[in-house]
Amino acid sequence: MIWSKEETLSRAEMEKLQLERLQETVKRVYEKVPYYRAKMDEKGVKPEDIKTLQDLQKLPFTTKQDMRDTYPFGLFAVPRDEIVRIHASSGTTGKPTVVGYTRGDLDTWTDCVSRIACMGGATSKDVSQICFGYGMFTGALGLHYGLENIGSAIVPSSTGNSEKQLMYMKDFNTTLLVATPSYALRLAEVAREIGIDPKTDLSIKTALVGSELLTDAMREEMHLAWGRDVNITSNYGMSELMGPGVSGECLEHCGMHINEDYFLPEIIDSVTGEVLPAGEKGELVITCIKKEGLPLIRYRTKDVTRLFYEPCACGRTTCRMENLSGRSDDMLKIRGVNVFPGQIEEVVLSVEELGPHYEIIVEREGYTDKLTVRVELNKETDSFAELQRIEKVTKNKLKVVLGLDAKIRLESPNTLQRFEGKAKRIKDLRKVNTKGEGK
Amino acid sequence: MTKQISVFIENRKGRLGEILDVLKEAGVNILSLSLSDTAEYGLLRILSDKPKDGKEALSKAGFSCMLSDVFIINLPHTPGSLQNILRVIADEELNVEYMYGLSFGGDEASIVVKTSDIEKAEDVFARHAIKTLGEESCM
Repeated sequence: MIWSKEETLSRAEMEKLQLERLQETVKRVYEKVPYYRAKMDEKGVKPEDIKTLQDLQKLPFTTKQDMRDTYPFGLFAVPRDEIVRIHASSGTTGKPTVVGYTRGDLDTWTDCVSRIACMGGATSKDVSQICFGYGMFTGALGLHYGLENIGSAIVPSSTGNSEKQLMYMKDFNTTLLVATPSYALRLAEVAREIGIDPKTDLSIKTALVGSELLTDAMREEMHLAWGRDVNITSNYGMSELMGPGVSGECLEHCGMHINEDYFLPEIIDSVTGEVLPAGEKGELVITCIKKEGLPLIRYRTKDVTRLFYEPCACGRTTCRMENLSGRSDDMLKIRGVNVFPGQIEEVVLSVEELGPHYEIIVEREGYTDKLTVRVELNKETDSFAELQRIEKVTKNKLKVVLGLDAKIRLESPNTLQRFEGKAKRIKDLRKVNTKGEGK
Repeated sequence: MTKQISVFIENRKGRLGEILDVLKEAGVNILSLSLSDTAEYGLLRILSDKPKDGKEALSKAGFSCMLSDVFIINLPHTPGSLQNILRVIADEELNVEYMYGLSFGGDEASIVVKTSDIEKAEDVFARHAIKTLGEESCM
């Protein structure tokens, strides 16, 4: 089901709407946000210079640093009084970034998430269990209101206590699961440990996963754990822009539809800042064109993707972004080679004798980077020859994919840490003694 | 033929102790064990009075382990008796994956042998009148 008529506008209608909203937004931030006015004045651009969508390129970028510099409310475009909700990012790499919503923004957010939920196969008949952490994190409440809005029954179970999660899931006949891909796999693992077969004893038909990359291999692993018939789609968003609801996959699985009547996308070369043509890979930049509280202009997401404008077989005409290949700041540089954790994950998941969990350790020995991948053995054996074969197969596959030699460390099942929110699978130990280097 | 528990074990401080704790909790008595290792990990092989219980308890505790079939061969506690048996094994081209010793005290000694071809091993031992312990004798 297609939730909003804006999802099927013709390109011309969409661009007309986007231009109106962009012009209105730029005018408003210039008047209401001194920080933006200063940035625009510095670039010598006035709101009336925005005559076409291409003129977007004249505007300055916004980065996470701008949000930190104006912490907490400096980029808000409405009086504090009109803000009815405040969220914040986890702030693992510095001060958190704070976001504020007006009542109108909350309605917009709900509409965006409702669209994404419908794209992923959700209906009013679903019982939806939200296994995202409730709190300052936008994921849980975003999905909560979006799904409730389409008439689905919400089970706000949050994260933690996996056995109780499974009890609710079984007793309430939960049909829709919201989680990170790694927590969805963890839940299936716990289920089997306590004698529940996720495929036959539970009723999950739809999984809306987000907040982490969903690689093809991870999707396959989820199908193995939860069943072939489960609709698994990923969705995308970030708190700075709104939270979940920026884009989501439909059941055609050909990229994520961007709610582009609210979020105007561009792809840039992350080094030069130059805008790249449709279809080229680069950093995703988003301008919020219908936000009241925090309308960010040309926000650099650091996520690497491509954009496609051809209409989709699902009937939607909105622009699609390719499933993410990584974050420009998640990338590791090991012995001069660019490595995305997703590439390592693909390999780990392709070796059937290994479990889906892994940890990447990068160390420096002398002047050389050393890559170690910790993996869990998923096969019982009494033979060293077999263990060595598994190590060798994994090592060879990594060499092919990364062009790097890695050391494989086999571990017992359930040894590696499990994550309920965003998985932290990288330990870059180089940063401890080599300041300024590393990732 | 006898059931042996084989457990994957990382070379990490306290890991062996964890395995022994699980077996103790499960009331499993160890008759013999062998630990072979590489730099990173090892395989612990255990003969016990209750192999099935032991395996189950270890699996439940999250260890990667399995039951494998091994032969326990009795031999006189005299110089050269092991050599006699190994000669037969070599002459018959029986492939031995690993072996380790086992003693119940008294005049007889035993060796534990894992071969890749169980049927052939049974045939070779029968033809050469090499006595092996059955599952029940190990208890």
